[in-house]
Amino acid sequence: MEALMNLMHGFGVLADPMNIVYMFVGITLGVLIGVLPGLGGANGVAILLPLTFSMSPTSAIIMLSCIYWGALFGGAITSVLFNIPGEPWSVATTFDGHPMAQQGRAGEALTAAFTSSFFGAFLAVILITFLAPVIAGFALRFGPAEFFAVQLLTFCSFVGMGKESPFKVLTAMMLGFALAAVGLDTVTGQLRMTFGTVELLRGFDFLIAVIGLFGIGEILLTMEEGLAFKGKSARINPAVVLQTWKQLPKYWVTALRGSIVGCWMGITPGGATPASFMSYGLAKRFSRNGAKFGTGEIEGVVAPETAAHAAGTSALLPMLTLGIPGSPTAAVLLGGLLIWGLQPGPLLFVEQKEFVWGLIASMYLGNVVGLIVVLTTVPLFASILRIPFSIIAPIIIVICAVGAYTVHNAFMDIAVMLVFGVLGYVFKKLSYPLAPLVLALVLGDMAESSFRQAMLLSQGDLAIFWSNPLVGSIVTLALAMLFWPVISLAIARLRQRQGTGTAASLK
Amino acid sequence: MSQQTNRRDRDGDAVATHHTMEIAVALLFAAVAAVVMYDSDRVGNGWAGDGPEAGYFPFYVGLIMFVSSGAILFSNLLGRTRNTTAFVERGQFMLVLKVLIPTIAFVGLIWVLGIYLAAPVFIAFFMSWLGRYPIARILPVAILIPLALFVMFEIWFLVPLPKGPVEAMLGY
Repeated sequence: MEALMNLMHGFGVLADPMNIVYMFVGITLGVLIGVLPGLGGANGVAILLPLTFSMSPTSAIIMLSCIYWGALFGGAITSVLFNIPGEPWSVATTFDGHPMAQQGRAGEALTAAFTSSFFGAFLAVILITFLAPVIAGFALRFGPAEFFAVQLLTFCSFVGMGKESPFKVLTAMMLGFALAAVGLDTVTGQLRMTFGTVELLRGFDFLIAVIGLFGIGEILLTMEEGLAFKGKSARINPAVVLQTWKQLPKYWVTALRGSIVGCWMGITPGGATPASFMSYGLAKRFSRNGAKFGTGEIEGVVAPETAAHAAGTSALLPMLTLGIPGSPTAAVLLGGLLIWGLQPGPLLFVEQKEFVWGLIASMYLGNVVGLIVVLTTVPLFASILRIPFSIIAPIIIVICAVGAYTVHNAFMDIAVMLVFGVLGYVFKKLSYPLAPLVLALVLGDMAESSFRQAMLLSQGDLAIFWSNPLVGSIVTLALAMLFWPVISLAIARLRQRQGTGTAASLK
Repeated sequence: MSQQTNRRDRDGDAVATHHTMEIAVALLFAAVAAVVMYDSDRVGNGWAGDGPEAGYFPFYVGLIMFVSSGAILFSNLLGRTRNTTAFVERGQFMLVLKVLIPTIAFVGLIWVLGIYLAAPVFIAFFMSWLGRYPIARILPVAILIPLALFVMFEIWFLVPLPKGPVEAMLGY
């Protein structure tokens, strides 16, 4: 009940008409970012972050989170019309969305995609509304050891759940931590890894890294493919929308299952991409039309879209309650909170009530606004995609350079961005994951300080991480995640041996 | 410029194989890890009287990076199957360079001229070199984009962007 009261209060915060304007601007910019190749949610938010420095934190986070919703919606447009997933989590949408467009059912596919995105996000926001205060209340009892344990769990799940080589995940993650450590050590005041240069005193800002890795890196990759867009035209009219809406209730089980998978993967940092694939796979397995998946089934669009949006939205739950972002874009939003002097974590719900509930209320409204904006502007955004790459690419590079410069008003950062761009290109090609690198860069300082505080409390004894059942179970779970590749290999070997054993005994 | 500028040139000629790049990147990581450990050792990676020293945490970060990049290195050196597929083909590499080199020049130009002059030069060059557009299509894009940036950043949001001697002459 209290959550509902707080939510009403949150809607009161939104009553400022400027906030509604920011919401529309944010959604439109977000869809644009989602549609343009080379600009994704994470670096789009990173580039636009400096623009919000002059706003109040509430307005700023409303605009930025709306950019995030917009980018989530935008990914579907490119997947369906151009068979190019604008974001990794839209890959599964291409499987059935693009065949539908090829059959001349683009409007139907897009309406289904947007509506199911909306549905997934809406369920996730309801979850956040009722679960976030509970988790935050619980986390208020956390000490440094518990906080480090939760952060450890976040990082270890990347190793356990990632599809890349665990060593590559670890290496990329440690690079993030190492870059985060560069500069002034806030505890002892010593300079670390600056090697006498003034420029390195500032350290490496994760925003610069994000813009380089996800922006410039993506441009280089796109260029390598010699990209030529060949899209299907999109006509959406109210008749198509209403017709599709009449069909959609049939797929409520798929949508609900997608949302649950998405919420689960968003809260545990599995992320939106695996969530969308998992939901697609489950739908294919359980649907009566499973065999027809991949040929243009509307259910094959509903499943990944509900999951991707539910995951993208619920990724904000651990960010708000524990200060741990569930996705790279959530990590950038978290960086924004830190820049505005707001410390994400359980105390946010006590000290910045207005901010938190204004944000949660804006999620409800932002998704409604998002649905309206995308349904009405699809032809416009689809036409932007037809602009040739040799015009869009230099504009995106200029925007990235501006974004990198405005973070600290430092020229050096533009050069650093370029280096990260090349790194991003090489990493992507060698399948070093970028998400753990970015998260480590964002959380590095926080993780280090909670680790050091925990060590101070115990005078250097690691036993503090097993000093009570709560911290003990989180750390044990984290270690299980870390060694999951080894454990699963061992289980597989054991099964194999048992299999051959029984085969031998049968002879 | 040949006509293949915007199309992928499939000559199949590898500039480097995946195998070589894996080893090179793993070695690079090991080197970075060594630097991290060395510097953490310099500032102290142990326990001072009042708690952990400045290099306490980063030292282990470096150590984990060193060990895991070593594992990548050895699995590539000793692995039975070598991934000898092309990391990047010559044609692809040329296309990447065609973006990368002008971008590096653009960053240098920002330093000298400021962004409001460097951006139109860069956009115009890119469009004419890679897109082979006529000047009538290049000019509006190359002028309007920096103008839009100026209005948005300097006037609406009061965020200064890097400026050069020309803007200084105009009083900005």
